[in-house]
Amino acid sequence: MVDLISLFLNSVFAGNILLAFFLGMCSFVAVSRNLEASIGLGFAVIFVLSITVPLNWFIFHYLLAPGALAWLGLGAYDLSFLKLIVFIAVIAAMVQALEMIIDQFSAALYANLGIFLPLIAVNCAILGGSLFMVERNYTFIESVVYGFGSGVGWMLAIVAMAAARIKLRYADLPRGLEGFAITMIITGLMAMAFMMFSGITM
Amino acid sequence: MKLSKTKAFKTFAGPAWTENPINMQMLGICSALAVTVQLKPAIVMALAMTFVVSFSNLIISAMRKIIPSNIRIIVELAVIASLVIVTDEFLRAYMYDVSKLLSVFVGLIITNCIILGRAEGFALSNPPHLAFIDGLGNGAGYGSVLIFVALIRELFGSGNIFGFSVVPQAFYDAGYEDMGIMLLAPAAFIIIGLMAWLQKYLTTRDEV
Repeated sequence: MVDLISLFLNSVFAGNILLAFFLGMCSFVAVSRNLEASIGLGFAVIFVLSITVPLNWFIFHYLLAPGALAWLGLGAYDLSFLKLIVFIAVIAAMVQALEMIIDQFSAALYANLGIFLPLIAVNCAILGGSLFMVERNYTFIESVVYGFGSGVGWMLAIVAMAAARIKLRYADLPRGLEGFAITMIITGLMAMAFMMFSGITM
Repeated sequence: MKLSKTKAFKTFAGPAWTENPINMQMLGICSALAVTVQLKPAIVMALAMTFVVSFSNLIISAMRKIIPSNIRIIVELAVIASLVIVTDEFLRAYMYDVSKLLSVFVGLIITNCIILGRAEGFALSNPPHLAFIDGLGNGAGYGSVLIFVALIRELFGSGNIFGFSVVPQAFYDAGYEDMGIMLLAPAAFIIIGLMAWLQKYLTTRDEV
């Protein structure tokens, strides 16, 4: 249990998927201009990551990993090279399905989350989460915790950034620094602050 | 006609400098930062990226008249993912140590916004040879940023270039120390930020 809590805290803070592994930067820079949109996208990322990482865990361990097809009597095959294309297809299909389900059951939720879901299919944080899950050999439970934790970490980073950029609107920046450049520098400072958490172990 | 006036040259030079995908269009930053701790993986990543973006542009542009527009995203993703798998397997086979360093970031080329962005924005509306050159230009623009950042981080972070020590021992004796922060994530963000500032400053100077 302590392991899982520690994994969760690590994926939220010290091993933050955005600030330590640079994943999901594109939508981070584009969407953090707007605080409400950042919160919406943050929830959508948590949602999709907590579903796709465990789902891809099943697919990898029962279909793709070396010897995974043993339950079909095909233990000699190693399909792990297919993981990239399968993962991206699962993510795209999952996002599409979620969009339809949310649209069916909750109009309010759809209005808030729906527009962000298509953006998420090409968010590197989602594919990155699944690939790290394979790379680090997580067990099923760990993959659930990791998926959820990275989503929370990503949301924390983008909401903090959106809040910082509201204040930035009144700042008198030198020419050329506004927009992208200052966002990256603030992200750097934020990443430094998040690294302080790496000293904390449980 | 001078070389710099031809359409092909402009197609190459635009994305390589004035419309640089990372600094000016803010695309593809995800993978750019993680692989720049040392020069060697940065160069391999730049080459892999150039290969994927130019060939995906070429293939998609060649097929642009037969792809139905409502399923084009999935077709594009399939082309890109196949090229990335080829690259990944190639690196695993011939450059295993580098592929270990790059870890998941080769796979993440798939979701690199530059590639899908170029496929959508350029390859679907231009003939194959221009699309290919556009891909090379984007690869060069992406690669130059990557290599520059990696050069700064490796030089100041560990005193090396390509793993060879270049900072003279006399400096260390005089009290110089490598900056550990350069090897960590925050430095990458800050260097890219400063570079984007510089480039934007230089490219917009004439208009003011």
